[in-house]
Amino acid sequence: MRRLIYLLPVLLFGVLAGYFALALRPGYDPQTLPSAMIDKPAPDFDLAALQGDAKLSRDGLIGKPIVVNFFASWCVPCRIEHPLLMRLSQQEHIPLYGIDYKDKPEDAQRLLTQLGDPYRLIGMDREGHVGLDFGVYGVPETYVIDKTGRIRKRFVGPLSAEQVDQELLPLLRQLSAS
Amino acid sequence: MRALLLVLLLLLAPRAFAVEPSERLADPALEARARSITAELRCLVCQNESVDESGADLAHDIRVLVRDRLKAGDTNAQARQAVVDRYGQFVLLRPRVEPATYVLWFAPVALLVVGFGATVVWLRGRPASIAAPSPLDDAERTRLDAMLREDASLPAVPVPTRDSQPALAQDGEA
Repeated sequence: MRRLIYLLPVLLFGVLAGYFALALRPGYDPQTLPSAMIDKPAPDFDLAALQGDAKLSRDGLIGKPIVVNFFASWCVPCRIEHPLLMRLSQQEHIPLYGIDYKDKPEDAQRLLTQLGDPYRLIGMDREGHVGLDFGVYGVPETYVIDKTGRIRKRFVGPLSAEQVDQELLPLLRQLSAS
Repeated sequence: MRALLLVLLLLLAPRAFAVEPSERLADPALEARARSITAELRCLVCQNESVDESGADLAHDIRVLVRDRLKAGDTNAQARQAVVDRYGQFVLLRPRVEPATYVLWFAPVALLVVGFGATVVWLRGRPASIAAPSPLDDAERTRLDAMLREDASLPAVPVPTRDSQPALAQDGEA
């Protein structure tokens, strides 16, 4: 019994070390929040497109799995993920739609002229209402929506090549097959 | 006097909030309700500030959302739920009491009970009273008397036993 008491600090240390190891593991970011929207229907939206008279609406996109990317011309991390988005649309032929979050059309246009336009269609969310409905708390954010209009996956922050290859593309393949 | 006045004025000053004039509702009662809700919502950009206090853009959007919902006739709970639906339970600075948060809410009480129990067990395990020290024998008493007479000037000597009695006597003479 006495002996066991002397083991107590070692035990406590072990528990603490376990917590620290969990929190320090590579790739873990405590700022990233789980989405409340996973497996729920995507919120309704109906946005004027950046170019032309088209509309980007939820109902218009239902029927096939799609990827929706929130971006803005004033967002620096968006530029980091931009080459990946180009690859997704040009090499993988992913149906990628953009929502330009709290941005001016002319600024967005300039960005796309500079870096290329990976999106099939871009909706202008000038007031950020659609972003608010999606639970966006910082651009870029990327959502995978299945053919019934349900949100299946959310990526917060710039996409990485690993996320694209290991999570996004396999999920899209699975959604397209079903 | 001036300093006192300054202190008084500072005490009277309203707490600074980030709520902008354009966001305020005309109806003070509704505005007060909105305040009470947003004060308990976490801003997701600066995660340790409430939506009420934060200057972040997103906090502004959430303040407007809550006010719009109240204007549309929502109850406080409905307006709060509208934000939770979008951002999850994490936005609540005061988490709800439900199975997922039982550990959070009840662990402090549980730890207190465990600590109290452990203390009781420990106290029970101790002997009721500590035995009184055995009285001094003659040798010890003689040495103690010598010490008291000589005060602190007594040179260091080996602890006396019954056999070392003569050494002690010598000390007394010195």
